Parts: sequence; C-alpha cells; structure tokens
Amino acid sequence: MTAKPLLDVKNLTVEFATRRGKVQAVKSIDIEVGKGETVAIVGESGSGKSVTSYAVVRILDRAGRVAEGSIGFSGIDLVGASEAQMRDLRGREISMIFQNPRAALNPIRKVGKQIEDVLLQHVQATRATAREKAIEALEKVRIARPQERYDAYPFELSGGMCQRVVIALALACQPQLLIADEPTTGLDVTTQKAVMDLIVELTRERGMSTILITHDLGLAAAYCDKVVVMEKGRVVETADAAEIFRNPQHAYTRRLMRATPRVGMALHDLLPETAAKVPAAPRPQVVANDKVAPLLLVENLVKEYPRPAAGSLLAKLTGRSEPEKPAFRAVDGIGFTVRRGETLGLVGESGCGKSTTSMMVNRLLDPTAGRIVFDGQDIGTIPARQFALTPLRRRIQMVFQDPTDSLNPRFTAERAILDPVLRMGTIRGRDALRARCEELATLVGLPVELIDRFPHQLSGGQKARVGIARAIALDPDLVILDEPTAALDVSVQAVVLNLLEELRQRLRMSYIFVSHDLNVVRLLCDRVIVMRGGRIVEEGTAEAVLGAPQDEYTKELLTAIPHPPL
Amino acid sequence: MNDMSKVEPPPLRFEAPPSTSLLAHAKHIVAENPVTGLAFGLFALILFAAIFGPLVVPYDPLASNTSSALKPPSAAHWFGTDQLGRDIFSRVVTATRLDFTIAVASVALVFLLGGLAGVAAGFFGGWVDTIVGRVADTIMAFPLFVLAMGIVAALGNSVTNIVIATAIINFPLYARVARAEANVRRGAGFVQAARLSGNSEWRLLLTQIVPNIMPIMAVQMSLTMGYAILNAAGLSFIGLGVRPPTPEWGIMVAEGASFIVSGEWWIAFFPGLALMTAVFCFNLLGDGVRDLVDPQRRN
Repeated sequence: MTAKPLLDVKNLTVEFATRRGKVQAVKSIDIEVGKGETVAIVGESGSGKSVTSYAVVRILDRAGRVAEGSIGFSGIDLVGASEAQMRDLRGREISMIFQNPRAALNPIRKVGKQIEDVLLQHVQATRATAREKAIEALEKVRIARPQERYDAYPFELSGGMCQRVVIALALACQPQLLIADEPTTGLDVTTQKAVMDLIVELTRERGMSTILITHDLGLAAAYCDKVVVMEKGRVVETADAAEIFRNPQHAYTRRLMRATPRVGMALHDLLPETAAKVPAAPRPQVVANDKVAPLLLVENLVKEYPRPAAGSLLAKLTGRSEPEKPAFRAVDGIGFTVRRGETLGLVGESGCGKSTTSMMVNRLLDPTAGRIVFDGQDIGTIPARQFALTPLRRRIQMVFQDPTDSLNPRFTAERAILDPVLRMGTIRGRDALRARCEELATLVGLPVELIDRFPHQLSGGQKARVGIARAIALDPDLVILDEPTAALDVSVQAVVLNLLEELRQRLRMSYIFVSHDLNVVRLLCDRVIVMRGGRIVEEGTAEAVLGAPQDEYTKELLTAIPHPPL
Repeated sequence: MNDMSKVEPPPLRFEAPPSTSLLAHAKHIVAENPVTGLAFGLFALILFAAIFGPLVVPYDPLASNTSSALKPPSAAHWFGTDQLGRDIFSRVVTATRLDFTIAVASVALVFLLGGLAGVAAGFFGGWVDTIVGRVADTIMAFPLFVLAMGIVAALGNSVTNIVIATAIINFPLYARVARAEANVRRGAGFVQAARLSGNSEWRLLLTQIVPNIMPIMAVQMSLTMGYAILNAAGLSFIGLGVRPPTPEWGIMVAEGASFIVSGEWWIAFFPGLALMTAVFCFNLLGDGVRDLVDPQRRN
C-alpha cells in the first residue's frame, strides 16, 4: 500500500491488572486500516477484538492500559494524546457503534434531541439549525417518516430502528473512522442485513473507513475488504476477504471456517479435521408412517395476552375508558406434529411466537386455546404449575438458550445434573447418584473431574454440556432445544450440535429445535416450520423449505443470511 | 457518539477461573480496603467482649462502692466510676453481651420473618405480594421509634419484647429487599430449568431463589445490626426494656446524662462511645460483607 494508512496500530499490547497478576489481553498486534477501507476483526470470545477497539478510542477501563506499541490516527499518536484531545477526536473523527443499541441511547430523551446534542457538542449545528439537521440525519439512515420519529423515545422503536438511530448519531459529525462492535448481534437476520447494508453504503458514500468487530466470519467476508483474524490476543491472519475464504493460511482460520455452518455441509463437517475421521452414518430417514400415532400433536394452539389499557393518564384518572382493544395473539392457531425420533425445526424472527409455542409445549406456560396431545394424552389441560408434579414431566425436557442463566450459580454441576433425578428419578443413594452423574457427564463429553465445580468455574461450552446432561438425565422422549447454541462461539457450537445429534440417535429422542439460524436448522432438522406473527407460513422437510422455499417470507429470510464470497 | 468516555467496556472473561477459598478472598479484600480491615477488627473486639467480657473485667459491674463514687478516669478505674461507685469500664464491657444479643436476636428474627415474607411475595406475586406489601406500608406509615415504644409498652417491659419490637420495625426493609431480589430471579433460566426437573413451587422458592439472595440479605443484616443496637439502647434510654441496675449502654447514658452539667462527663461518655463504635463498626462491616459475598458490586 503506497498511501499512509488512516489508522496504524503497531505492536500493540494491552495489559489488565487482575488479582492474579497482569494479563495480556492483546499481544503485540499490528492492524492497518486504509482510507475508505472496511476491515473486519474476527475472533471468538476472549480473542481481544473488542479490547483492541477500546484501546484505539482509549476507553479501556481502569485496570487496563496500553503496555507497549503505538496507535497512529492520521498522524496523531493516540497512545500519547491528552484526554482533552481524545474527547475532541471521539465522535468527530472516530465514532463507535456498540452491540446493544438500546443501551447506547438515553431512554428518557427523544431520539431527535439526542442527535441534536451530538451536533451541538461538536459545533456541527447551531440551535437554529439543529432540528433540521437532526431530521436530515434520521433521513439518511432510512428511517421512514423522520419528522415523526424525531419525537420518539428509544422504547418506542424496534431494535433495528434503535441501531439506525445509533448509526445516525455515530455518523452525525462525518467522522473518518467508524468502529462497529458487533453491531448486529441480537438483531434478526433480515434486520441485520438492512443495518449492515446501510453501514457499508453510508461509509462508502462518504469515503469513511470502517472497522467491523464480529464473531461471524460470514458477515465479515460478505461486507468487508480485509479480514483480520484474532485468537487469544494475537492476530493470526490478515488477508483480503475473498482470499481468506478461498485460501485460509492459518490453522485457526481454517478451524473457524469449518465450524461456520454453510449450505451444502453435513453436521460432522463442522468439526476440526483432526477429530472423528469416521464419517457419521447418514441420517436414518424418519418414515412417514401415518398409522403410528405421532409423539406430539398440536392442534389450533392459541396464546393471547391482554393488551395494557391504552389511553392517557388523564383519561384513566377521569375514568373515561377507551374502547377495549382485542387481546394480543402471540400464537395464533397453529398446529403441527412431531413424530418419534424426529427433529422438528421451529424457525422465525423475534416476536414470531416460536418461544411462546415451545414454552406451551413443554408446559411452562398455559395455552389460551387448543390441544397439546403428547403420546395420546391431552397435556394442555393440566395447569403449568401442576405439570411439574405429574409423571409426564420427566418425558418432556428442555435445553435452554443461555447456559449461564439456566444454571443455579450456587449449585455444583453435579447437583444441577442430578436435580431431575432427585425429584423424579428412582435412583437413590449417594454412590448410585454419583455413578449416574458420571455416566451422564461422560455421555455429554463433560470431563468427570469437572462435575464438582460451580457454573462460574466452567467455560461456556462446559456449561452447555451440563444443561444438556440435565435435560437427558431422565431419558425424556421429547427435548425442546431453545436456541441451545446462540450464546456459544462457533467452534463450541459445532461440537454441541454434533453432540445433540449423536445423543438423539443413541437415546431415540425427538427434538423440537427452536432457532433463528437457518444454517444450523438445515444441519439438524428433518422437518421445518417457519413462523411469522404467530402463524405458520411454511412447513415441510428441511430440504424443501430451505432449498426451494415457496413463501415470500422464507425466501427473504434465506437471502438475508450473509453469504461469504466463494 | 455522545460522551463515549462513560461507556465501560465489559470485563475480560477468563476460562474457568480456579476457585479461591473464602479466607484468601477475605485477605484480598482487607488488603484492598483497609477500612474493611478496621471494621473486621472492631467486630472481633465486640465479639470478644460479648463472649468473654464478664470474665475478664476487673470489677464486679454491679458492686457499688460509695466511697469511690463519681471518680474521673484513672489507672484504677479506666473509665471512672458512677454515682454509686461502680466501675464504668467493667459495666461498659459487660453490657456488650446484652446489647449484642438483643441486636443479633432481633436481626435473626426479622431476617426469618421479613426475608421469607418478601421472598414469597416476590416469587408468587398476586395476593401474597399484596398482603406483604400492605403490611410493610402500614409499618412504614408510623414513626418507627414511636412504634417500637408502643409495642414494648403494649407487650410488656422485657428484653424479649425489645427484640420483637426491633424486628417489627425492620420488617419493611427486609421484606422489600427480599421481594425485589426474588422478583428479578423468578423468571431466570435456572428457575425454569428446576421447574422442568419436577420441583414444586415451594421447593423452587427454597432451593433456587433463597440461596441466591443470601448474599444481599447478609449485607442487609450487617447494616441493620447497627440500627438494632441503637434502637435497643434508645428504648432503654427512655426507660423501656432493660431495667437498672443491669449494665446496658442506653441506661448508662441515661443515668449519666444528669451528671454532665455538673462536670462528671465520663459516666455518659464511655457507654455512648461504645454504642457509637458498635454502630460504626456494623455500618462499615456492611461494605466489607458486600465485597466478600458479591465481588461484582465492588467499586
């Protein structure tokens, strides 16, 4: 490269002072970002990708400091710059977008006013022109009806809308460098596409440079010119986006790529080359036999929530009630079946009712109407609070989305795994219980010596295994998997998905797999249901629905998945 | 972005940190914050006085000796003597046990009643929540010390009733903290998971919710302890509860108060100092306990 890079990170080392001495979160890394270039920093949790960006804008917390190296930004030394200089640079020259857009906005201030604040602070507008400029900024991030949205509070906007406002804030002062730290994590795939398209388009338009920090290699490759792969604080590979997919050099990059689910892969393809050379047996086809009753039959299932009483405070005080609104239908009359030994995928974006449906099926939530027939018994009529005490409870279990949140912080792994056995199992006696726990731990690949640890002493993948071991402890017939890998790194996800599939075959369970990640659903499911607004829009075999979708919405979902250039 | 300097980056995540013993953790906290060390030291002193005080004091706290009445502090009588010639040092040290016992008993009582009521209110919601909430509101509607006076006056003048009265006036504090903490956790994943494991609602409450709010309740207990001591001493000061000649800080201050004008300041001063030290110690201890049980709240 002939031109001087806009951002030049050289030999950067960031240290954190902890109780166990100094920890190097970033170890002598070099990153260059040229003018108008879009660079992705990709890595799994703990790789130091966020710390790098915090060091650039100098917002490391008190324990962290730059131990070595230099950060040059268009001729200015950012490591040595005074705090006053940095304040001036942040926002005006370097902007940042964070993961959770709602947390980045002041909840009690109108979004238009918040944009005005930034404009005024950096003398980009006067009091007279501020409103006009703020509306202009909202318009640029493609917010429909910006005049009205100016007066909206963050809670009145969707997650995607909020992220657009945050982008408007970040771009308000025409910075030269935009750092986006996981800007679309937690957003739906169609929203993700809209937000990413917007970021790339706006920055290209203005000749800005962008650093995209992400864990998603597909996203990085689809939107960036250059990809920097980080592992454990070090940069292991820097290459062009197209090049890195065609010809990854470093073993870690290859492993990361393998673990990222893509079209045309089988489940065991996700695992590292070294592991399990034995090709898994082809999925036994579940024979569609109508003579055998399905394990689960759901008919006309409805869940309604009453709407909060609308109307102003004054109307409430004067007792003038407004016309009653109809209740909100989270799930609107759906029906499906799950056959024995089958995996059914439940797919849709947030708010489509997929989680509500799964909560009703596993009897943590009471349906408003409809039938849930499990193995010939209508379990929908048993109140959720009493279902825990029926013998059917042990036959329907669940693996939760967040492995950390779903483990009691004060229970050891052993106690967590054995909880269902103690409540509903038949095994008694300390030694027998211990043996069962060790058996389960071995089954899910959790090292037996770890079962005496507390959740905070386990890694994310190990916690996920504890959650799975607990769910299968009583040999259930049906396990509901609620985005079981959403909180995990891709390499861990690869292992967990393979584990789930292996367990299903070995223990002859049926799965309902709830997910928004179509690539994962494709790998794991026999049949797929696509939900939207509480209704089923498409249903069929995984190949048919995801290979040749009929419904417009399914098509939209599929095209929104970032596809790396191949 | 407006004011990015306020954004705190998330803490570094470590892979499965090795466990540390409580003692090593305590050492680290004391090293980091010497004030906590002071509080732990004072607490040890108070505990020692409460347990061994009556055995180690130089004089019988009840023995009067009119020949040496109203003597100022000296080598023989470190804190001086009162109007009946009793050694104030011995009386102050001996009184620790009674005051400490009242505080511990009342805090334990309110922890059980208020904590359980609050947890149930937060976990079950509905009418349980309404009842607990209104009871707490009703208690809060009274000036608390006057309410405590009323309760002791109505139930009878005894140490047991002081304990009950102190517990009752602290009830809203415990009920509300426990309710808020339980309410946050009732939707947590691990509670749902335990429900799937076949736990009844009551078992969920006792095995999943209660252990997880113990840390915050421990902090609460330490903070109310000082308040409980002050309350017990206050009631004795106005003549309720403990009766003379029993050595008790509140009574001793009350007895000494009339002598301050005539220059015999030490009679009221030393029990007052003991009272202040104890309250000070428990308040500081609250911060220490919080650091000990909940490292995330450390600032």
